[in-house]
Amino acid sequence: MLRLTDLELRYGPIRALKGVTLDVAAGEIVTLIGANGAGKSSTLKAISGIHGTSGGSIVFAGRRIDNLPPHEIVALGISHCPEGRRIFGDLSVRENLLMGGYLLAKHEMAGRLDEVLGLFPRLGERIHQAGGTLSGGEQQMLAIARALMCKPGLLMLDEPSLGLAPIMVEKIFETIVALKQTGLTVLLVEQNAGAALEISDRGYVLEIGQVTLSGTSAALRDDQRVAQAYLGG
Amino acid sequence: MNARNLRHDLFFYLGILLICVPFLKIHTLYVLPVFLGAWGLRRFADFAGENRLMVTLRERTVNSVLAHRRVTVGLILAVALLIPLGASDYLIEVFTSVILYAILATALNITVGLTGVLVLGFIGFYAVGAYTTGILTAKFALCGFWIALPLSGLAAMLCGILLGIPALRLRGDYLAVVTLGFGEIIRIFLTNLNGLTGGPNGILGIKRPSFGLFTLDHPRDFYWFALAVLSLVILIVARLVDSRYGRAWIAIRENEMAAGALGINVFRKHLLSFSLSAFFGGIAGSLFAVKQGFISPDSFTFYESVLILCMVVLGGIGNVAGSVTGALLLIAAPEFLREFSLYRMLVFGAVMIAFMVFRPSGLLGSRVIAQEIKDRADDGP
Repeated sequence: MLRLTDLELRYGPIRALKGVTLDVAAGEIVTLIGANGAGKSSTLKAISGIHGTSGGSIVFAGRRIDNLPPHEIVALGISHCPEGRRIFGDLSVRENLLMGGYLLAKHEMAGRLDEVLGLFPRLGERIHQAGGTLSGGEQQMLAIARALMCKPGLLMLDEPSLGLAPIMVEKIFETIVALKQTGLTVLLVEQNAGAALEISDRGYVLEIGQVTLSGTSAALRDDQRVAQAYLGG
Repeated sequence: MNARNLRHDLFFYLGILLICVPFLKIHTLYVLPVFLGAWGLRRFADFAGENRLMVTLRERTVNSVLAHRRVTVGLILAVALLIPLGASDYLIEVFTSVILYAILATALNITVGLTGVLVLGFIGFYAVGAYTTGILTAKFALCGFWIALPLSGLAAMLCGILLGIPALRLRGDYLAVVTLGFGEIIRIFLTNLNGLTGGPNGILGIKRPSFGLFTLDHPRDFYWFALAVLSLVILIVARLVDSRYGRAWIAIRENEMAAGALGINVFRKHLLSFSLSAFFGGIAGSLFAVKQGFISPDSFTFYESVLILCMVVLGGIGNVAGSVTGALLLIAAPEFLREFSLYRMLVFGAVMIAFMVFRPSGLLGSRVIAQEIKDRADDGP
């Protein structure tokens, strides 16, 4: 479904990605793990077009999408839920979700809103509340729900468990599994590598802009090097 | 007393002291009532903030005002319509100025308030609008006011687009400085393009608009005309705020990256808000030209840009009603305090600082809190 080949990305003179190759098949959850600065978020930003690339290619559903503007990439069915939630604090929950469905046709909007609220009943209870007044966990729910509004085929989640209480983290991961069961493909970036590898099918380990390890999640969990570096064992 | 209270107190008394300066000039005794009045107001605010009865009373008022938005707007409009019947010509002129600035503040609110782009040279668009009308109707007498009015808006919009295409790639302070430069460049152009703009002498003899035989000569008639334009501008902006576009603007203001990730074409939305803002600014400029009958570069200084920005901030960033309130306060109030005109800027400064400390969201707050209550009122039994 998605294939990155030798992808390169620069921030000025700094090479953040030095030839990343990975692929994501339809219907699976793929995890990217790695230390801070390894290039996980940069990879997602390159895919969603928020940051331009300087080499390599990104192919989605048979079409090259590298360096397309972000709004065209969203229209192709890739939704990026960026790190740090970034909900619109001054808009109500409902308006946040409507913005998520910005590219939907008018007649699709109400139906899609109901579908998404069905996945997140908690948000339905707070539909008229300003986004900024939600708790951290609810804000993360809202960020995911907002990213789902545009009916993506591929959902990219950047650190969805960041800064949340353990019980909320569990809930978020349950939600991701539930989303997979609806046929959604998920590309997940996580610091919480243990939990991410539990729920994902395959994983890639990024180190300073390169893929150093890859395999099924079970194999990665058992790998000595991964355990030592990322699982605290 | 905690640190926050202490800081509030410090700012409060400092502000009061600043405000007292002009009174000191007249008689030292005058300071006392100002001080006492301010202190009393503050105690009352504290009391009103904690007292249950006052809190419910305030919430009730806010709720009912918001629930009956049409009635409120109707009442305000009725008062605005009736003002000229009882007022002197001088007062009518003052209120016409208020209306022109209200248009400007509403227009600037689109960029500063909704989209979150700081513009420091907004007066440039006002100047372009005013001079377009002046040049077309008086200097070369090419057409009448009714053709010049939309052309003034369009000329300002064109400037907005030409400025916006390169400048809107910048963000924050850098963009603010570029727009500041734009305002100054326009003023310097106007001063030096003698053939076209009359240079420092400006353009004289701009006629008031007329409908057939009927001319809007009387200040009262012109006031009503300006009020009609303001109402139209407010209507358009208020509709936009509640539309897909308005939400997209606010989304960009709240978080540009997230907005981009959701498929909003950020640059295009920025440009749209910028050029729309410029268009209304140009319309206001055109009205200004026919109101004064005479325009010169002196009317379009940096001070005016700051004044309009103050209105937006004071009234509540992103709040349309707030912009109008801000214009009313900042134009009408100084007219009634003419004796202290020398100290106007000082008082402005003190008031702005006080707002930053006590009410950073402005007098009427931002849009959404109001929207939330309105939504609840719509849903509730």
